[in-house]
Amino acid sequence: MNGLKRKDLLDMQSLSTEEISLICQSARYFKDLFTRSVKTVPILRGKTVCTLFYEPSTRTRISFELAAKRLSADLINVAVATSSVVKGESLIDTVHTMEAMKADYIVMRHAASLAPHFLSKNIEASVINAGDGFHAHPTQALLDTYSILEKKGSLEGLRIGIVGDIKHSRVARSDIEAFKRLGARVVLCGPPTLVPDEFRIYDVDISYDLDEILPELDVVNMLRIQRERQKGSLFPSLREYHRQYALTEDRLGRCKSDIIVMHPGPINRGIEIDHRVADSPNSIINEQVTNGVAVRMSIFYLLAGGTPLEEIDKV
Amino acid sequence: MAIIIKSGRVIDPASGLDEVMDVHITGEIVSRIAPGIQVEPGCELIDAEGCVVLPGLVDMHVHFREPGSEDKETIIGGSIVAAKGGFTSVCTMPNTTPVIDNQALVRFIRLEAEKGPINVFPIANITKGALGEEITEMGELVKGGAVGFSDDGRPVLSSILMRRALEYARMFDVPIISHAEDTLLSDDGIINEGVTSTLLGLKGIPREAEEVMIARDVLLARLTKGRLHIAHVSSAGSIEIIRWAKSRGARVTCETAPHYFSLTDSAVEEQLSMAKMNPPLRTEEDRVAMIEGLRSGAIDVIATDHAPHLMNEKMQELEYAPFGIIGLETAVPLIITVLVKGSGFSLADAFRPMTVNPSRILGIPRGELKIGAAADITIVDPEKKVLIDDSFLISRCKNTPFLGAELFGSVEYTICSGRVVYAKER
Repeated sequence: MNGLKRKDLLDMQSLSTEEISLICQSARYFKDLFTRSVKTVPILRGKTVCTLFYEPSTRTRISFELAAKRLSADLINVAVATSSVVKGESLIDTVHTMEAMKADYIVMRHAASLAPHFLSKNIEASVINAGDGFHAHPTQALLDTYSILEKKGSLEGLRIGIVGDIKHSRVARSDIEAFKRLGARVVLCGPPTLVPDEFRIYDVDISYDLDEILPELDVVNMLRIQRERQKGSLFPSLREYHRQYALTEDRLGRCKSDIIVMHPGPINRGIEIDHRVADSPNSIINEQVTNGVAVRMSIFYLLAGGTPLEEIDKV
Repeated sequence: MAIIIKSGRVIDPASGLDEVMDVHITGEIVSRIAPGIQVEPGCELIDAEGCVVLPGLVDMHVHFREPGSEDKETIIGGSIVAAKGGFTSVCTMPNTTPVIDNQALVRFIRLEAEKGPINVFPIANITKGALGEEITEMGELVKGGAVGFSDDGRPVLSSILMRRALEYARMFDVPIISHAEDTLLSDDGIINEGVTSTLLGLKGIPREAEEVMIARDVLLARLTKGRLHIAHVSSAGSIEIIRWAKSRGARVTCETAPHYFSLTDSAVEEQLSMAKMNPPLRTEEDRVAMIEGLRSGAIDVIATDHAPHLMNEKMQELEYAPFGIIGLETAVPLIITVLVKGSGFSLADAFRPMTVNPSRILGIPRGELKIGAAADITIVDPEKKVLIDDSFLISRCKNTPFLGAELFGSVEYTICSGRVVYAKER
């Protein structure tokens, strides 16, 4: 197989299982680069990457930018708040402008679900979805998958819990798709207002009781709880949410000793995850961030038609 | 001026007539329906062999955007599109700018429509300013030409106000047309709440947002003995409620639109904003329920809810794009393709909801093909295919999920008050 046979990376559904494996495989070689004094390779020299973030983001944007730079691409970061978007320019016009300047990759984060899909139908450049609405965050799912693979070797048969606001989470949707595809058994946990029954379409289990499911988990992914959800009466108070669904030290003590604790960030310490749990040896939250750069390098590389990497020296 | 329509299959859903005959039009009136009518000199001849000759179609739910959004559509422009779609009578919804809440505005629509090719019957607002606070001067509006009342585009949220409107309108014997939506429950949703909305991460509009409001409205219709018509029914549950109300003697009628019996919410995956309308496309179960509701008569009317929007409004993120699709030019092909060819409807049953049924609900003397009636006639070739593309659509806005579809059913002629207002190039 030669690279990814696609123009865009929009969601996990459209990736084949082989492509998921390929991305993770190549990411390992890019991660090896990080231990070297010179961390750049000339793979994307002469290519232009535009990051277009319609929503605030620290780690995803920086991760993409670092990935592009380590591949020697030219990088343009469009700060939406100071661009012509504030003059009322439409998404399609903004991106046509970038295309006119010969951007090769558009990395977009957008609050509206399917915005990257809409874009990909109407432009030539390669669109990489850095998160759209509640819909998809494929690069996060790929880095989560990679991170679990790194620790556990395989996802086959693993019991993975995803806890929190599933309904409004693009990370959850993409994670479920990726984890299921690689053979994991997924359980979603949160109050019924945040874990709708429709999610059973993914062939996952649903639980409203974190204490019941925790002892069986090999991996737990704690999602960020948005404080504004409380206003919509999706849960009555942060206090009650914490009591029912936070990963506390006490709860961690009742987990398997080798459980992996994950979080896509940014974390609300003391709300969905307690301080000491986030910093415990079980937590791979910071490792996820490191892996994010490697996985995104791998995605750029493979979208550019790169072949599977055997040894990094041959790059 | 006389016209003779030769050798067409003449169908009048009101009387049950369905025979190959000739139709003779004298002036604005149908003067004879019989086989083998002699063609007199000076008489226009239309060869309708292989075609169906129907009463001029009636669409009781269109948005012509004038006054206020003439860049999208106008009363005259919309009338020309309607004529091309086979319609000789339409009802314009009053959610314009300003809204149609006084007699002068109703008269404006009628005056403007006189310059166009077809009959336009205005619907006026239920409440002043469509604000849902006070009922409009319904007597004045009826005198001005309003044939019904609606705040379409938004519901009458206040139950007491809806009660009063149904009660008060009784003296004019016109329908109150309900845009049935509990907007607190639809809660800024984008598409139908269900598997598709879950997979796509889009905020859902539950069917119950429509159903709870219909339940309220039919109960109020029973309470008041008022005449209630439910606009754009999209869910199977809604039909159950309406069926129940009818069985209890409530004066309730309802309509659905061709897209609700042709598509499901999965169309959004490919069509994005082109498949975004309110109420939203539902599931296969609902789509089938629309067809069965039409078959059983639980659904009285097919109306298009023709809603033009500019391409630059639709060409944006799905969440930000406006609700609504055009429907006048695709209605006949969808009825023929989905109902007649796909679901075994007779032509009379397929077109009854777009002829005599809406006419009777509105109390307008249209929708029947009989001697002495207004010569409003639509001639359709049900075997001819049409490709719905940019050149087929004459509407200035082309926001439709049916672009690219090839469908059966070609409107060949539209005749309104004895005048040919549309003839397809043959």
